[in-house]
Amino acid sequence: MSSDITNILVCGIGGQGVMTATEILAEAAIAQGHDVKKTEVAGMAQRGGVVTSHLRFGRKVLSPQIEPGTVQVLLGFEGAEALRWSHYLRPDGLALVNTARLVPPVVELGLFEYPDDPTGKMREAGHKVVAFDAMSIARDLGEIRLGNTVMLGAIADYLPFAPDVLMACIDKRFARKGEKVVEANRQAFAAGRDAVAKQLAATPA
Amino acid sequence: MAAVLPLSPNSPAVQRLLLSGNEAVARGVWEAGTRVAAAYPGTPATEILETLSRFPDLHAEWSVNEKVSMEVALGASMTGARAFCAMKHVGLNVASDCLMTMTITGAYGGLVIAVADDVGMSSSQNEQDSRFWGRFAHIPVLEPADSQEAYEMAKQAFVMSETYETPVLLRLTTRICHVKGLVTVGEREAHEPAGFVKNPQRWVMVPAHAKVRIPGLFKRDETLREVSETTPLNILEAGTDRSVGFVTSGPAYMHVKEAFPDAPVLKLGLSHPWPPNKLRELAAMCDKLVVVEETEKILETEIKAAGIDCHGKDILPSLGELSPQVLTPAIDRLLGKPVPPPAPAAAPPKLFPRPPTLCASCPHMGMYYTLSQIKNLIISGDIGCYTLGAGHPWNALDTTICMGATMGVALGMDKGRGSVDKNKRILAVIGDSTFMHMGMQGLLDITYNHGNVTVLLLDNHTTGMTGGQATPASGKDIHGRDAPKVDLFKIVEALGVPNERIKVVDPYELPTLFKTVREEIKIEGPSVIIARRPCVLIDEFKPTRPYLVEEDKCTGCGNCVEVGCPAIHVTRRDRVVKPSGKEVELAFVEIDSQACTGCGLCVQPCAPDAIQHVSRRDIPIHIVKTTSSS
Ligand SMILES: Cc1ncc(C[n+]2csc(CCOP(=O)(O)OP(=O)(O)O)c2C)c(N)n1
Ligand code: SF4
Ligand code: SF4
Repeated sequence: MSSDITNILVCGIGGQGVMTATEILAEAAIAQGHDVKKTEVAGMAQRGGVVTSHLRFGRKVLSPQIEPGTVQVLLGFEGAEALRWSHYLRPDGLALVNTARLVPPVVELGLFEYPDDPTGKMREAGHKVVAFDAMSIARDLGEIRLGNTVMLGAIADYLPFAPDVLMACIDKRFARKGEKVVEANRQAFAAGRDAVAKQLAATPA
Repeated sequence: MAAVLPLSPNSPAVQRLLLSGNEAVARGVWEAGTRVAAAYPGTPATEILETLSRFPDLHAEWSVNEKVSMEVALGASMTGARAFCAMKHVGLNVASDCLMTMTITGAYGGLVIAVADDVGMSSSQNEQDSRFWGRFAHIPVLEPADSQEAYEMAKQAFVMSETYETPVLLRLTTRICHVKGLVTVGEREAHEPAGFVKNPQRWVMVPAHAKVRIPGLFKRDETLREVSETTPLNILEAGTDRSVGFVTSGPAYMHVKEAFPDAPVLKLGLSHPWPPNKLRELAAMCDKLVVVEETEKILETEIKAAGIDCHGKDILPSLGELSPQVLTPAIDRLLGKPVPPPAPAAAPPKLFPRPPTLCASCPHMGMYYTLSQIKNLIISGDIGCYTLGAGHPWNALDTTICMGATMGVALGMDKGRGSVDKNKRILAVIGDSTFMHMGMQGLLDITYNHGNVTVLLLDNHTTGMTGGQATPASGKDIHGRDAPKVDLFKIVEALGVPNERIKVVDPYELPTLFKTVREEIKIEGPSVIIARRPCVLIDEFKPTRPYLVEEDKCTGCGNCVEVGCPAIHVTRRDRVVKPSGKEVELAFVEIDSQACTGCGLCVQPCAPDAIQHVSRRDIPIHIVKTTSSS
């Protein structure tokens, strides 16, 4: 029944823009005529806690929750958070991970350790991972706030519809902020797509 | 298929929107012509009133607590207006005194209560099942399974309320409130209040009047049970695989359909009172019957009591959320099918936790840092962002029960303590919103009964925990318009705390704060320290130039780490042996200048003055108070 369903998991920490990014992905899926459900688990997310956003779309979506082992694409806004949810990936799933390293106070206080190489650990577990530094890509474009659009660019080629559909939704979001902002986001989107494509080309499957 | 109710017959231009359950409820409430909507914030229900406040032609308000919000709704209903209140599960505990009698007066204008259970406890102090209130208060319970149903049932609830003169409980869960789905919406219908009709036998609840009306409750239960047999809210889906049939309600329905698309299902949209005949019909068509309900064993117990054999909590968990992944193996086991062990890749990797933290520049850090430096304290706490003071690095909060409890608990400790605790100082911490919700009465009890408690009133001018909603002390209403601003100092004084025992301090000024706390805890009798500084979520908060750590000056003392700011990061650790022979741990730090908002708290305990302002030209361009670009 759920065979035509696409499961996308977006994860990160509170304040990173996980929910907004997922919202835009949802809009794109709706524009393609899909039924959509989007659910967040954000326990007090505003305070730097873990945030995951589940996005499911297809002909008819019933349960909003994604099951472990069934995610086609995982979009990670932070290295360790991508690792935390990597068991949600299905065997042929793809993880697109921003290499940002956001260390919580419990680690600063020496109570816990932050893993050295989270994406490396994911690869060891057999997951297909593309890691890139969305924030420095955004900084190179002159505006760190473009990071979210870089992330959306990163996932654009791994959705069951054309990247233009997603780009159009981003355009719409920023339309009222003027042509310059729209253009900057277009560049960020292209840079995100590029960052992933280059790496996938460099690493033979 | 999910229950689809007809939109109003003349439903005009339909639109499809991506709405959360909370937004969908708000839309339905508004379309129903509701005039009054009231709530006190509480996760996961907060956004219902936030959304309603943006609609025209209705009075929306933040009430000071849930009980008042329900009373406001009841009063509006008495005039014949359609009225609504919303709350989280524990809010209904607070409002229950009103509920248990308003069920006897009944509703005049449609009266709907949305209650949101935090199943899975994403941000609540407990998990409780609000469906019990339907039984206790003899009122119908509607349970939507997704956003579309949340919208439809919200509208339907008003009709039901007026038809049967009953308050109606719209029971939501986190998985309804915070899931977005497509909703086909309509337009607002007019609903003019019929007018208040004096009728003491109905509205003045004294024993003589209540005795006459209470039999009506039992009759209403019976009528609604008949409605339950025929309403399109309760659907029996015949299915094709008859080995197991399911009875379910709310979001659990979606999990059942996902996991067992071919099974017979009785979906209860009106889950109390439920339809016995329909249930027997389902039982007769399948080999085994399973009740799939989240949290408590309510339907299951009642179904068994009706003499129908079924499974439920013997095979399913009582705590937390259900999901297809929980259901499938449980049912396989019931049917004696082999259950494959979970794939190794499906096990979550072991990783550090990421508990919520206070924000950079949160004024509560100043208070908890101070408390962590003072010995021999018992600190009674309460609910809000400041509950995080119980965690690292402060460990400066010893109790948390329910909103406002800090006062009574502290007084009880004071009165109950024996010689072991005699030399300890007892403090009660409370936030400003919590104080106005339920804390004021407790403080009155402290002063009235000669309590020896130092109260720390953390006045950050908002309800921080739930996202920064206005309070009567913020001088703004739910729309952000000016409202009378109550003076917390005067309230505290009026509650009996001597004027000279009320101190107002700035929690960013650590030496003054420290001195004030030290002084006040020594004094016998009640005193109140009002720590006043805006929460970073509100406009009043103005971020200032960030700080950085001058690497060559940092001696690794780690004092600043004890402030607990999430913008401070340890770059290197070391151990040294002091001349005294004592071994100390060193932590060298840096400040993330993109996260630092310049409160200056960490600067104060830094002995070598290693923490300095970022020079102007180094200020990252994004440090202007804006929301993120998207
Ligand atoms: C009865 C009840 N209603 C609502 C809530 C949700 N809630 C928890 S704390 C809180 C208020 C916090 O505000 P405040 O006391 O000002 O502290 P702050 O978070 O600003 O530090 C609310 C609304 C609850 N836990 N219990
Ligand atoms: S939201 Fe406000 S009260 Fe809560 S942690 Fe942040 S600054 Fe503190
Ligand atoms: S000044 Fe210090 S405590 Fe305040 S926000 Fe910056 S790093 Fe945090």
